[in-house]
Amino acid sequence: MQHRGYYDQFGGAFIPEILVPTFDELEQAYLEAKADPAFWQEYKALMSSYSGRPTPLTQAENLSDHFGGAQIYVKREDLNHTGAHKANNVMGQGLLTKRMGKTRVIAETGAGQHGVATATMAAKFGFDCTIYMGEVDVERQRPNVFWMERMGAEVIPVSDGSRILKDAINEAFRDWVSNMDDTHYVLGTACGPYPFPEMVSWFQSIIGTEAREQVLRETGKLPRRAYACVGGGSNAMGLFSGFFDDPEVELVGVEAGGRGKGIGEHASRLAYDDASVGVAQGYKTYFLQDDDGQMQETHSVSAGLDYVGVSPILSSLRESGRVRFEAATDQEVIDAMSLTVQREGLIPALESSHAFAQAFKEVGDLDPDDVIIINQSGRADKDIFTVADALKDPKWEEFIIAKAKGYQNA
Amino acid sequence: MLESYIRSRREQKELLLMTHIVLGYPNFDDSLRMVEAMVEAGVDLMELQIPFSEPMADGPVILKANSDALAAGARVEKSLRIAEKITASFDIPFLFMTYYNILFRNGVDAFVARMADIGIRGAIIPDLPPEEGGDYLAAMARHELAPIHIFTPNSTDERMRLLSEKSSGFIYTVARKGVTGKDTAFSDDLGDYLERCRNATGLPLALGFGVKSNEDFEFIRGKADIAVVGSETIRVVDRDGVAGVKPFILRLMGGG
Ligand SMILES: Cc1ncc(COP(=O)(O)O)c(C=O)c1O
Repeated sequence: MQHRGYYDQFGGAFIPEILVPTFDELEQAYLEAKADPAFWQEYKALMSSYSGRPTPLTQAENLSDHFGGAQIYVKREDLNHTGAHKANNVMGQGLLTKRMGKTRVIAETGAGQHGVATATMAAKFGFDCTIYMGEVDVERQRPNVFWMERMGAEVIPVSDGSRILKDAINEAFRDWVSNMDDTHYVLGTACGPYPFPEMVSWFQSIIGTEAREQVLRETGKLPRRAYACVGGGSNAMGLFSGFFDDPEVELVGVEAGGRGKGIGEHASRLAYDDASVGVAQGYKTYFLQDDDGQMQETHSVSAGLDYVGVSPILSSLRESGRVRFEAATDQEVIDAMSLTVQREGLIPALESSHAFAQAFKEVGDLDPDDVIIINQSGRADKDIFTVADALKDPKWEEFIIAKAKGYQNA
Repeated sequence: MLESYIRSRREQKELLLMTHIVLGYPNFDDSLRMVEAMVEAGVDLMELQIPFSEPMADGPVILKANSDALAAGARVEKSLRIAEKITASFDIPFLFMTYYNILFRNGVDAFVARMADIGIRGAIIPDLPPEEGGDYLAAMARHELAPIHIFTPNSTDERMRLLSEKSSGFIYTVARKGVTGKDTAFSDDLGDYLERCRNATGLPLALGFGVKSNEDFEFIRGKADIAVVGSETIRVVDRDGVAGVKPFILRLMGGG
């Protein structure tokens, strides 16, 4: 182990001593896979046959007309098997798990998308699977819990701390320090100790590589701006990495603005100024913490963005100014989602709807000759309960009441 | 120097005992009374854990103690003040155990200077491998405090030698994989592992993780210099209150 995995002052590997050999092994497997062109071929073939890649780039003509600014294109990560970009990372790590000869995978999950993707991968590859999920998230994402359990994963609700994503990550690490011999921890986003931020971004780079080719092919030009929501930062890193070498493309990361500024009200580490640099969960980045360094409560309507830290690579891209960070509030997100559903028949996940919301605020300022890309990181089937509540849909309420009565009488 | 204290103490006793508490759990007054009970029972050195919201290397018992202490309002400054009172009142060495962010947020140099100032003798930071700890190690050396690193059953001989080089005072060897507070099977394998630890360092060895009975304590006798008890004392306090601490320690050491 060396001092490594730094992006400016961010990143590193602040890991318990017991995991040092495990991280050495993982780093080696990752670097070997990266140096081996056959690995990426195998990965692409798998993503094509199992997850329907390449995902399309869809022109959103009605929304473009509605705002009267740039042409809006949507990168359709929702069309991956299991309904989100999480599959890209999970299948890649599944291949690495096989290479390392391990037989069990564990994962944390917030929205449950990463948990479902991991359970799917485990079912396909024949691995045992345990998923850690905060109690609060188990409640708001029951449909995903249902599918994980159907696929044979054990879902363990985490009742420590604030009972959301960060607490699930701690619990996954506690499992790993006991079971590293046969177990790989499939971290779900571009966070955590090196090599995770870099490795997860590498697997997700398939999004940006495809999107760049597609937008050039279909429009003959590069986009003025590319928008992605930012939880831990994996779908954003995936899309942005396709355009890092194109300085004319402005990259916009959109965080969870929740109920607005102030600690506890949102999960915005880079767009608001409530966060500060710290070290937790094995890496150094901006965290929503107090003066003592204790992590604070976060809030977002979307479970997948409700997290205290953010990819160290994105922190460094903020410092360099290469990526602009903005926040969209819960209400803006619900509105943007409703509009997208009505005008385009697309159903972006609440997480992804943050990217739509920010793009909608700005797209009218651009020229009709301009093109923008929004990353639709996932679809909202899983969010149906949350969205129906937010929209106060009376027929949905009737349906749930009738359903509950049915169970009571059974 | 911590190491010479341990060596001279070892001339009188074959096996020393290090105990652990979480500062502010269940509250700061009880923390103080627990230290008093432990010192009276004959404990040789102690770890004082400053609570952190993300104690990744700790198991359920210490995790809960951390979050309960924080929920009850345990601020870092309060922990430092109580630690200062403790070192002034009791004549054994005290170490800090905490996670790196507590040092980092305070400023590593400032925090280490404060440790020296209030009479703390060393520290165990389980999420700070020496590769990431350059500033910390330099500050600890400047103030002649002991940075203590951890050997594990997964550590290679080479890794152990590196960790030993970066440590002073003693080496903390964990008896098994996993987090604090789970049971450990104290078996002959452990003897082989400790033999490997001995060969890799000249520093005294403390053995922890899962020590909770006189039987465990006796097993360690002759194999390590210091036995470490952590989660079990918290269980005792939860069950019997602070009054249960002294009898528990005496029983553990084979008296009482
Ligand atoms: C659909 C969707 N988008 C985005 C995210 C946020 O993660 P990341 O920032 O790593 O892309 C999640 C996380 O669960 C998600 O489910």
